Amino acid sequence: MSAGGITAEPPVAAAPPPSGEPGRLGRYLVGAFFLAPALFMLGVWMVYPAVYTIIRSFFGQTGFIGHWVGIDNYKTLFTTSALTTAIKNNAIWVAVVPAMVTAVGLVFAVLTERVRWAVAFKTAVFLPMAISAFATGVTWRIMYQQDPNLGAINALSKTVSGVFSPAGVLSSASPSIPALQSSGGALVLKTPTQPGGVALLGLTGIAPDQVPKSSVQAVVPAAKPGDIEGVVWRDFKPGGGKVGVVEKGELGLPGVTVELRNASGKTVQTTKSKPDGSFDFSKVSAGSYHTAIGAQTFAKPFGGFGWLGPNLIVPSLLIAYIWIWAGFAMVVIGAGLAAMPRDVLEAARTDGATEWQTFRRVTVPLLAPVLSVVFITMIINVLKVFDIVYALAPESEYAKANVIALAMYFTAFQGAGDFGVGSAIAVFLFLLVIPVLALNIRRFRREA
Amino acid sequence: MAAASAVEVPNPSDAVSAKILRAVARAPLNLALVVLGSLWLVPTIGLFITSILPASADASKGWWQIFTKPSVATWSNYDSLFHNSGLVQALKTTAYIAVGNTFLVVILGALAGYAFAWLDFPGRDWVFIGVIGLLVVPLQMALIPMFKLYDTFGLYDTWEGIALFHVAFGLPFAIFLLRNFFVGLPKDILESARIDGANEIVIFVRLILPLGLPAIASLAIFQFLWTWNDLLVALTFGQNTTPITVWIAGQLREFGTSIDIIAPASFISLVVPLCVFLAFQRYFVQGLLAGSVK
Repeated sequence: MSAGGITAEPPVAAAPPPSGEPGRLGRYLVGAFFLAPALFMLGVWMVYPAVYTIIRSFFGQTGFIGHWVGIDNYKTLFTTSALTTAIKNNAIWVAVVPAMVTAVGLVFAVLTERVRWAVAFKTAVFLPMAISAFATGVTWRIMYQQDPNLGAINALSKTVSGVFSPAGVLSSASPSIPALQSSGGALVLKTPTQPGGVALLGLTGIAPDQVPKSSVQAVVPAAKPGDIEGVVWRDFKPGGGKVGVVEKGELGLPGVTVELRNASGKTVQTTKSKPDGSFDFSKVSAGSYHTAIGAQTFAKPFGGFGWLGPNLIVPSLLIAYIWIWAGFAMVVIGAGLAAMPRDVLEAARTDGATEWQTFRRVTVPLLAPVLSVVFITMIINVLKVFDIVYALAPESEYAKANVIALAMYFTAFQGAGDFGVGSAIAVFLFLLVIPVLALNIRRFRREA
Repeated sequence: MAAASAVEVPNPSDAVSAKILRAVARAPLNLALVVLGSLWLVPTIGLFITSILPASADASKGWWQIFTKPSVATWSNYDSLFHNSGLVQALKTTAYIAVGNTFLVVILGALAGYAFAWLDFPGRDWVFIGVIGLLVVPLQMALIPMFKLYDTFGLYDTWEGIALFHVAFGLPFAIFLLRNFFVGLPKDILESARIDGANEIVIFVRLILPLGLPAIASLAIFQFLWTWNDLLVALTFGQNTTPITVWIAGQLREFGTSIDIIAPASFISLVVPLCVFLAFQRYFVQGLLAGSVK
């Protein structure tokens, strides 16, 4: 702690003041008057606690006297699984977030540079910076809800996935007769059917609101020579009814994919059932066949990704965090762009460089100092991240979502209240940011 | 932002046809920006709409149900929240902490910034480097000792204790920002004031504070937003004295599902910083740039 030198400044004996000019002592006094309040605050709230915490980290849970534990607290830090998870997660944060934020900020800054309504766009992207990370956590909890009917992100995912793998007509149904057997997601009628025969495919376990709207009274089609006919229907009516028989009041199931499989199990024809549930395979060559209801009929609707569940919680947090900080990067990089010498860019363009070449070879190298400032600032922010994890991760997922600052708070102030290990975590965090501290000081001394 | 758009270079000699051609060529870019911009707004809009959905709204549908049935919207959630003494008290506490500590940081930071910029005393630069060094000290380093110290001196669970903690951790940045701004003030004005016999206090009050107003405004907005939005410090040093963030966190833990309290409370908590930010955006951005680019 270089700030330790503040209070240790020796009061040098004053030389006799030359007339008019305040002497050494006088200059000390004036300086002290202006500095004392701030230095008092820094001394009591930052320097003393920092020294205390470093010493405290070598003592046990309960106190100083007789509780010297050496580096045991630090060993705990690297062996307890909750804490190693926190360190690993923070490593993921450092690996992903600074790079992503800088990249997104650069893209936004470049895109908005020559757009008229850039101010509106920049304000929209910058807004999250003004909002507390805590409120952001609540906001994203609403966005991330798993039920696609509630969470906007899963609603969007559902719309997209609906295009590629639509939900089946019947997501829950079971055969009503034992001959209809499940095989690889499909239901296959084990009783073979020959051309000229009729296959009855009865299903039950379908809730009334699951029956397709176009459905009408089920009809058993008349047998046709050379064809295989059949019906898929809801083999159930209020009050019971006979299993395996199409009765009055039982509905056909339209839109169901029915497959005709030959003796070796290969699908030779596919058709869809009509509103009354009937279907027809025409011109079937002689032989023995099995009818089957295709697996896609029973495809479950998209249930939503568990964004707040154990597997996705870390990526979910990263996304929300990038959403917050992209605006910061955009504004800082945008200012760097605005301050860039125009003539260099013009010269590159005049020399026939394409926009991409100009960007890649001129803009980015010239922006390098600004980009590195954003990158380094983000590393520090990410190392200390706390609020968003506390607010966004459900308590049940804290173990998975853990980060160093969260682990420090919970170790020291919740549960067992271990000030020893808590101090060790704080010191560890401090050690991680020291290189940045050194960088800051060097930058200042170069400027001064 | 004002800083960036002000530097746009006008292109005076464009023919009309070229302009139209350019507009067409830029359509994809504009479209992309519209999409991205809305992407950034949707979560906040979603929070707001959730906050005006009554508990009686269809719980099996998301907040966008409001677009098909706008009549469900209601202010009743807000109405009952403002009659909730817990929330009102939390808002007051937040305001005390944010305003009080911002005021102190500005005063102490300006005094020290002036000393580092314009007073000549031995060891000045070394002390300043020490302050710069404190810039990155994580506040986790102070939580445990100050928790004990506050307990001893009766500052635990008071808004003053929370505010003072913020003052200390805001000072390094405040001093850094103001010192750098004050150094750039015209030297001859200060010199002539000194020759006229003004003492340092008069110079500070009459010259430095008015001239340094832009930087002071940046700092004040920064500090205000930072402390209004704080969670960790208040969580550690408050138990019954809770600002809005901690109050909502408590609701979240106790009644995990009552979204008709949590959503409007969260929105209330972000309205104040949002207004401050929108009103003083320019200063906010200047502070940001001074802090990171300089």
